[in-house]
Amino acid sequence: MAAGQVQALRRRIRTVKSTKKITKAQELVATSRIAKAQERVAASRPYSEAITKVLGALASNASVDNPLLVARERVRRAGVLLITSDRGLAGAYNANAIRTAEQLIAQLKSEGKEVALYVVGRKGVGYYRFRGRDIAASWTGFSERPSFADAKKVGDALIEAFAAGSETEGTFGPDGIPGVDELHLVSTEFKSLMTQHAQAKPLAPVQVEGQDEEPEGLRPAYEFEPDADELLDALLPKYLNTRIYAALLDSAASESASRRRAMKSASDNADDLLKRYTREMNSARQAAITQEISEIVGGANALAAAGSDV
Amino acid sequence: MANQLHVEVVAVEEKVWVGEAEMLVARTTEGEIGVLPGHSPLLGLLKEPSQVRVKLAGGEQLTYDVAGGFLSIDANGVTVLAESATPATPEQH
Repeated sequence: MAAGQVQALRRRIRTVKSTKKITKAQELVATSRIAKAQERVAASRPYSEAITKVLGALASNASVDNPLLVARERVRRAGVLLITSDRGLAGAYNANAIRTAEQLIAQLKSEGKEVALYVVGRKGVGYYRFRGRDIAASWTGFSERPSFADAKKVGDALIEAFAAGSETEGTFGPDGIPGVDELHLVSTEFKSLMTQHAQAKPLAPVQVEGQDEEPEGLRPAYEFEPDADELLDALLPKYLNTRIYAALLDSAASESASRRRAMKSASDNADDLLKRYTREMNSARQAAITQEISEIVGGANALAAAGSDV
Repeated sequence: MANQLHVEVVAVEEKVWVGEAEMLVARTTEGEIGVLPGHSPLLGLLKEPSQVRVKLAGGEQLTYDVAGGFLSIDANGVTVLAESATPATPEQH
């Protein structure tokens, strides 16, 4: 019995060891990805700061009747863009993002709005597909290293849906995209290595920062080429794409941070298990040896006793 | 110093070039524009696709192929914002 136990423990130790190799490797990969993702967040910042500034200047000069800026009187359908990861093993990252999205959807529904769901990342797609719920559109394959081209793809589809609007019940846009009257974004904000926070933000109609506060003559009197309204038409989609790109980058950093933490605790746990199993195996082996010795000694004594009798 | 133009060329994914220049030449949807130091504030949409030329003090010239770009001139200088900006092959001089 004892020898069998030692064997079984040895097998478990081997399993835990190879699991640990995987989690450890994932942890290291995630760690280097966080740094890269953060670099890219930093690299994208000058552009988004500049476009926000320009848009602020522009919005205070242009007439504010651009469809992307004006809140619709009646919102029949709202679009929700949810950003999740392509791969699992990232702790509660996806669960948190999906839960936040669900809360938002419930809230929108209680306001009497239909919800069109847009999903980035295989995990989110899998969640909704498994539950048999409709997804208006989905994009996968770039959650860990999103490029601006990816963000543009997502953004263009969303802007098209938003521009189409849900004028009439049940109508779909030219290529089957259901129109929406407002857009929300659910992404995960990277606060620090230890804290990432899933949050929902309105995406469209666009709230331009600094648009409401009157600068009182501090703002330079810009000339526009072409005129301000046309410029606004061209810049607003770019601004939305930039917002989506920033959200994708932030979520990618959060995903890696979340994965690193999950994999670190898995590796630590594997270490604990290894220690425990090794102890158990040693004591089982020792017990087997002790028993064998006592059997031998017992046998020898019995023989000796039998020999001295003869 | 006073006659130098502060130029920033910024793409979405990275800051491409920052520095002082003599002049910047770009083409907006309305026509070609040359920007010298002290230009009045202007926002312009760049032609698609187009090139932005930055003339440096030493007579050198940097050329960028710009897609989805626009131009913002304010008191601090010129900012070229683009979805992508790559250095063009430097043939011309």
